Amino acid sequence: MSAVTVSQVRKRFGETEALAGVDLTVDEGEVVGLLGPNGAGKTTLVRVLATLLPPDAGQARIFGLNVVDDANAVRRSIGLTGQHAAVDELLTGRENLRMFGELFHLSGRRAGDRADELLDRFDLADAADRPARTYSGGMRRRLDLASSLLVRPRLLFLDEPTTGLDPRSRNAIWEVTRELVDDGTTLLLTTQYLEEADQLADRIAVIDHGDIIAEGTGDDLKDAIGGQVVDVVLLDPADRSRALEAVPAAEPLSDPRRFRVPVAEDSALGVLGTVADTLRRIGIEVHDLGLRRPTLDDVFLELTGDGPAGGAASDGQGGADTSSTTAGDGQGGAHASSTTAGDGQGGADGSNSTDDGAPSADAAEAGGSARGDDDDDQEAVA
Amino acid sequence: MTTSTTSEPGAAGRPRADTAAVPAPTHLGGRIYWQGRDTWTVTKRNLRHFVRQPRLLVFSTIQPMMFVVLFSFVFGGIAQVALPEGVTYIDFLLPGLFVHSAAFRSTQTAVGLAEDLERGVVDRFRSLPMSRAAVLSGRTLADLVRSLAVVGLMIGVGYALGFRFTEGLLAAVGAVLVVSLFSFMMSWLFCTLALWVPGAEAAQTAGFVFIFPLVFGSSIFVPIETMPDWLALFAANSPLTHAADAARALSIGGEALRPVLLSVAWSVGVLAVIIPLAVRRYRRIV
Repeated sequence: MSAVTVSQVRKRFGETEALAGVDLTVDEGEVVGLLGPNGAGKTTLVRVLATLLPPDAGQARIFGLNVVDDANAVRRSIGLTGQHAAVDELLTGRENLRMFGELFHLSGRRAGDRADELLDRFDLADAADRPARTYSGGMRRRLDLASSLLVRPRLLFLDEPTTGLDPRSRNAIWEVTRELVDDGTTLLLTTQYLEEADQLADRIAVIDHGDIIAEGTGDDLKDAIGGQVVDVVLLDPADRSRALEAVPAAEPLSDPRRFRVPVAEDSALGVLGTVADTLRRIGIEVHDLGLRRPTLDDVFLELTGDGPAGGAASDGQGGADTSSTTAGDGQGGAHASSTTAGDGQGGADGSNSTDDGAPSADAAEAGGSARGDDDDDQEAVA
Repeated sequence: MTTSTTSEPGAAGRPRADTAAVPAPTHLGGRIYWQGRDTWTVTKRNLRHFVRQPRLLVFSTIQPMMFVVLFSFVFGGIAQVALPEGVTYIDFLLPGLFVHSAAFRSTQTAVGLAEDLERGVVDRFRSLPMSRAAVLSGRTLADLVRSLAVVGLMIGVGYALGFRFTEGLLAAVGAVLVVSLFSFMMSWLFCTLALWVPGAEAAQTAGFVFIFPLVFGSSIFVPIETMPDWLALFAANSPLTHAADAARALSIGGEALRPVLLSVAWSVGVLAVIIPLAVRRYRRIV
């Protein structure tokens, strides 16, 4: 049985169409990431599925039960953790958990035991008897997640569970989430961070303007917009039109200094060499030249025509140090295939080994250009 | 562009016995039991809120006690003239002030509920398999408990100023019960109001607009015979007058049956109409 079946669900708030006929299926035991920018309709969809908001049209079922007609039965099998921690500020952590346990209809004693277990597990035991309003953002979010787990839900909704959290709290949430998934909990996760979707989800559904615009594994999505490319950043944008004429199959990108050349899996080095040779032959200098796979940010840009918040956020860190090896860290495997073309690079740019900052560069490409500025600065220094 | 993949279903469907969801009650008795327990859980939560907000605690305990002292001394002299032989103003006033404080306290019910609705925690309540009405019934029940405590404090202050119950313990308990029922009715009324008027501030303001004329246009402070005809007519038919007269008769003597019946009928009648109304409204808006 599917854990979630959504068919043609619509929801309108005044003039805004928050959900424009969404279709989505989540199998039991699966982890699906719902990825989209702010205002894409992620939270609205979760609220519909969690029985908090009736849809205007269409149907949503949780384990075969209709979220409107069988709302109470649906509530027995779901847990919800939202981006705004829904805990009681004036109650202590322990009182919060006991209260929610009792409202899940555990016996008073059982609710107390579960509260203690969860306080330990979420590293809140020391703060258990302090009012939740004294908690830090991360602690509050952990308490909120714990509140969803007094009774183990078959299906857990995590609505932007780590938005605004520091890396340590974020990792703590991820860790618990993985444990839950290992125990068989089905998870529907919304996020605006590509990294989070890539890390946690078996499958990603990209949502924009209230509609699912693509669906698949991270790799599926990357493949969907093409395989590897040779990514070229010229030193001088004025050279680009000449370069596009000279290099076969070159495609311009929105950054006036950039273009890319698609390559087949087995001809990567050949194309890389051809591009480098051609540019050298006609006397065009490059700022950066590399082989890489599209990242999820590329997917996102391609699909939505807009930079996701996650990419923009990483800009500050990633964009500045194009020459460092740390920039790729956060974005996981996306850069594993990046290679450096030493060929044809002038001395001044020797330190810009490869396009480590790829995701941020793409965000900049759409949004205008943190990356470009950084590069200019760097050149000035060099 | 859309590429769908079926992923491996994980080790699904092995809920542990100790953490599995409690099955839904199937019979009416079970539902009533859970309705009651959910209400009690929410009531406990609201009472905790009450003692953890010092401002609210002070406001709602000191203020009624202060009114007992102020009104009895300030108006005692002039009010005495209108009172029957042998009745002191504190005797007349205190049962009325029970109603006065219940009426004003009910605006706090509206504020509390309005604040809850603005908080994220109501979202969690709503995603739980609990009784929905418990948010409302737990709110009004907590305010009833608070009301009883405040009446107790006021009686203490009244006794220090010379007030005495003269009709025996049973009648005194009856006076407190009539006032509590009135208080409970007012709480539900303002709960309902808060469900239509969005925002805590608005709920409070709307409350005061209704409460002031009702409180002063009643027998709470002075016998209505002293009022101009039109106001006396209004006051004679006010449920606040019935409640004050009932509490007064049961406290210090006088014709009790009629005001008690009228007051109880008002309270029960209003509750019978607005509880379903409020519950339905709550289900619709949140």
